[in-house]
Amino acid sequence: MASTAMTSNGTRSGMRTALALIAKRLGSAVLTLLLVSMVVFTISSLLPGDAAQETLGQSATPEQVAALRHQLGLDQPAHLRYLNWLGGMLGGNPGQSMVANMPVSEVIADRLPNSLVLAGLTALVAVPLALFIGIFSAMHRGTKLDRGLNIATLSMIAVPEFLVATIAVLIFAVKLRLLPSITLVSEEASWGEFLRSYAMPVMTLAFVVVAQMARMTRAAVIAQLNQPYVEMAMLKGVRPGRIVLTHVLPNAIGPIVNAMALSLSYLLGGAIIVETIFNYPGLASLMVNAVTSRDMPLLQACAMIFCAAYLLLVLIADVVAILANPRLRNQ
Amino acid sequence: MSETAAATRAIRASRWASSLPLSGKIGLALVIFWLLAAIFGPMLAPYPVGAFVAYDVFDGFSAAHWLGSDYLGRDVLSRLLSGARYTVGLALAAAVLASVTGTSLALFAAVSGRWVDEGLSRLMDTLISIPSKIFALVLVAAFGSSLALLLLIAAITYVPGNYRIARALAVNLNEMDYVQVARTRGEGRAYIARSEILPNMIHPMLADFGLRFVFIVLLLSGLSFLGLGVQPPDADLGSLVRENISGLGEGAPAILMPALAIATLTVGVNLLIDALPGRSRRIAGEG
Repeated sequence: MASTAMTSNGTRSGMRTALALIAKRLGSAVLTLLLVSMVVFTISSLLPGDAAQETLGQSATPEQVAALRHQLGLDQPAHLRYLNWLGGMLGGNPGQSMVANMPVSEVIADRLPNSLVLAGLTALVAVPLALFIGIFSAMHRGTKLDRGLNIATLSMIAVPEFLVATIAVLIFAVKLRLLPSITLVSEEASWGEFLRSYAMPVMTLAFVVVAQMARMTRAAVIAQLNQPYVEMAMLKGVRPGRIVLTHVLPNAIGPIVNAMALSLSYLLGGAIIVETIFNYPGLASLMVNAVTSRDMPLLQACAMIFCAAYLLLVLIADVVAILANPRLRNQ
Repeated sequence: MSETAAATRAIRASRWASSLPLSGKIGLALVIFWLLAAIFGPMLAPYPVGAFVAYDVFDGFSAAHWLGSDYLGRDVLSRLLSGARYTVGLALAAAVLASVTGTSLALFAAVSGRWVDEGLSRLMDTLISIPSKIFALVLVAAFGSSLALLLLIAAITYVPGNYRIARALAVNLNEMDYVQVARTRGEGRAYIARSEILPNMIHPMLADFGLRFVFIVLLLSGLSFLGLGVQPPDADLGSLVRENISGLGEGAPAILMPALAIATLTVGVNLLIDALPGRSRRIAGEG
């Protein structure tokens, strides 16, 4: 009786430590996001020339420019503009897109779901594949197979996305004529059409992500395989497959989920190339357009969404690592 | 005297190269090949870079044009050799700048007081929380993309990652006994950073330099591919892929060769770093 009470007491205080740690991480993530917003705002307001002059062109009179500057709030000091901008961003109104002449929030609302679908599908493909490759090569560590997989994933990480995309287009769209080379998003597409049009962007994005994820999964599983309890199980004659499934995986789940979250953040960078090459109407290609047309309000909003997504993934990775640490869970 | 020293060094280098595993040898060969191509390539190019020399656009492999012709009928091999110089040169310069800046700041933070360290590390932690490609896009939008600015942008983007690794190493070394001894001896901070700490972290930092180089090659060619990097008439390997994108339907070598060139360069560096003894564990982690 006494011992049960003590254990549950211990678990509770362990949970409390874990919760305190998680709260600390959350606070630090919010602080970082705030600092990131300052960096993004500072850099993007360093523009040589200003937005009012650029919108109106060379022929505008100084009065017109001054009027527009006032209307856009550009005549206010920098810290006030920052606070206005931050307030707008938090309130869901990050300003007016200069090129589309629409509220930034509407432009983004159009594109964000597409990017989420693409990211979700890629994760759906990449995670099981990476798990399989990572665990498989960890189980065969040191063998020729493992070394081959190591070289393969190492090379895949260093291949630029546009090479993967061009080769995929060349094979599947040009030679085999199986898949469309441009991803069209429409509401009334059938399931088959949907899958066919997403196949190549997802394949390209998954290519790099799978390699990254598989490497990290392998490392996490091997770290567990080197523990004394695995040796014990082996000495007792448990079969290798069973050791991995029932002994190692439950212990490695924390590091593995951590690895998954971190590798998924590679999607953010990869999406920029992939969405552009397949003409996919997502957030990343929107951001590239914003850079080309120097549409600063739109660019700032897109950059902040990407940074927030990145920080969220890192936060998830951290929280999982905390929760998976048994020393914190039941101290 | 110096000849024998050079000979010894050559022997040692070849012994080191032959001690590498096969993948490392392949990596080393690829790296040396691309360095040579960047240095001597433009001299060996069969045609002038901008000249319209082929009768047809998007030609395949032929004796006159080994790698075919591009969308304007220019010689792909000549353009590739010139593009390699831009890609390798820019990325090398940016990687050196990023590594030297990051490592110097890290050493400075390690030997300075707590406040300097806290302040610098907070700033770098913030910058590292911006995905590198997004950061580069914001910088390009603000500053534009001339060659000098691209170099600077690539360097700025990868300073925080280098700083983080260098600082972790430097802070640990700073606690070592021999550093304490040097401090008791009355050595200045600059001396300690330069002569006591730096020599002991040079190997992992060299591996990190290789990784930065790979990231920067991928970043710059990605930017050029998007039309935001090297601007015409200059062209790096990424620009070559972009300008020939219309040849994709024909499977023209003009689009595949530059893309393959980038891949062999980055894969080569990655394989070489992976084969180094005591290599850095963080192969190709972004940031």
